[in-house]
Amino acid sequence: MVPLQLYLILSAMMFIIGAVGVVTRRNAIIVFMSIELMLNSVNLTFVAFSAFLGDATGQVFVFFVMTVAAAEAAVGLAIVIALFRRKQTVNLDEINIMKW
Amino acid sequence: MNSYLNDLVANAPVMIVTMTVLVVMLVEAVRKTRPVATYYVSITGLAFAAVFAITNLTVEGLSFGGMLLHGGYANFFGALFCCVSFFTVILSRNYFERQKYHRGEFYILLLFATIGMMLIASANDLIIVFLGIELMSVCLYVLAGFIRTKERANEAALKYFLLGAFATGFLLYGIALIYGAVGTTNLAMIRNVFAVVSINILFVIGAGLLLIGLAFKAAAVPFHMWAPDVYEGAPTPVTAFMSTGAKAAAFAAFITLFIRTFDFIGGQVNELLAVLAAASMILGNIVAIAQTNVKRMLAYSSIAHAGYMLAGIATGTLDGQVGVMFYLAAYAVMNLGAFAIISLVEHEGDQNLLLDDYAGLSYSQPLLAVLMAIFMFALAGVPPFAGFFGKYYIFLAVIRAKMVWLAIIGVLTSLVSAYYYLRLVVLMFFSHGRATVETSPPRIVLTMIVLSALLVLLFGLFPSIIIQTAQHYF
Repeated sequence: MVPLQLYLILSAMMFIIGAVGVVTRRNAIIVFMSIELMLNSVNLTFVAFSAFLGDATGQVFVFFVMTVAAAEAAVGLAIVIALFRRKQTVNLDEINIMKW
Repeated sequence: MNSYLNDLVANAPVMIVTMTVLVVMLVEAVRKTRPVATYYVSITGLAFAAVFAITNLTVEGLSFGGMLLHGGYANFFGALFCCVSFFTVILSRNYFERQKYHRGEFYILLLFATIGMMLIASANDLIIVFLGIELMSVCLYVLAGFIRTKERANEAALKYFLLGAFATGFLLYGIALIYGAVGTTNLAMIRNVFAVVSINILFVIGAGLLLIGLAFKAAAVPFHMWAPDVYEGAPTPVTAFMSTGAKAAAFAAFITLFIRTFDFIGGQVNELLAVLAAASMILGNIVAIAQTNVKRMLAYSSIAHAGYMLAGIATGTLDGQVGVMFYLAAYAVMNLGAFAIISLVEHEGDQNLLLDDYAGLSYSQPLLAVLMAIFMFALAGVPPFAGFFGKYYIFLAVIRAKMVWLAIIGVLTSLVSAYYYLRLVVLMFFSHGRATVETSPPRIVLTMIVLSALLVLLFGLFPSIIIQTAQHYF
């Protein structure tokens, strides 16, 4: 059996890669993909804990996370499209009428 | 079946708002003309929910298998959120009609965001905390960019969305680690685990990540960078809603999780919260001085107010929590009033939002100028208005908790804040300009503003109304 630590290390690495991607990438779509990576690393953590604790709550939580991520994706992509129609770009450096 | 019905009735405020939003969606589906019916259904539903919440402030219990708290603490915040939402609905009809962007979807999204906030306050399980925060946030992302033909609004929505979703990642990872550490997501069970088991490192990391997520939603330094841009770019009624409702919801979650459940993890978080509070107070108040746009100025002021409330939470004492709950109610009325006046003075297309546009407002619109002055004095913390007692209770609690340095920073930054609040008052009354409003303000909006000014005065003169209610919950 694969020990719990390996799952946790893998998901922590996924989470950090996602977080670094959000901070460093400038394309709104890729930033959004990095956020999805973070959410999926959380799902992995939940499933791993759920299996090792023998408790179903974690897996139920994963379904909620997936649903919410889908809703977020719908809203997020809609916002990106609305912005793209106006500015013809999704580069975060060019989206700066107001200073960050 | 019967107990299920009982649970529904016990959670009446949330259920009423939910039913309202379902009706509103039906009305929207068959509507042919302007969304006036939608507007009336929304305010009726919210008013009913608020009345239900206020009349059931003392009964408390658990429902839906221990997932939700009903009554008491949940109703205190439920009433607050319903009132904030009610005010916002009334404000937005006038605002969006002037912007020629009056759409029915607005009310649906606003009501859903309100349900999310109410769920946060009634959560007794981390799943509900997460779902409530997301329901609120996803609706707010859309609301921030609601006028989608405006570039500024698009930009605000994108920034809010990206940083909000980023914060959600931290929040969720924190919840996952806490689940791993204690083996349950139920808050009551987590509390019991704490009584017998020593705290492990996994839990501390989880709580830290959760703190980051919540600090982001509350716009506390150093997780505040989205707030000025979003508050500036979003439609003014939405800004009013976010800066009062969403902030109150974040603090409701703070109190539920960090005080009522984790009990500060043995006092380790107090110091960290105190530092965040001090940073928010200093940065918010100082940067606000440099602003020329009124909405942006109030955005920084709201960061500073988040700092005062965090200071109250950092004490970890009963006085501090009661102070925070009072402050949230007081801040809601004074900030809503201020933003209502800004939305009346604002012209179509984000015009007339600069501080200089308020020069001489007292000559053309004396009533608005006087009301705005009241809200500014209240925000600055001048007695006898509500803001003074809010700060008084919080600083008193901070001193009693032996964090004198934090109280000193709080008082000094309040002095700094008086400069930019009073500058607006001086501009309105003592300088000549051509401040105008587009159309004469509608009577219902004026009534609401006067009402909130009266509440600011009432909370200031009789703070015990709220304090005594809040003291029951701890």
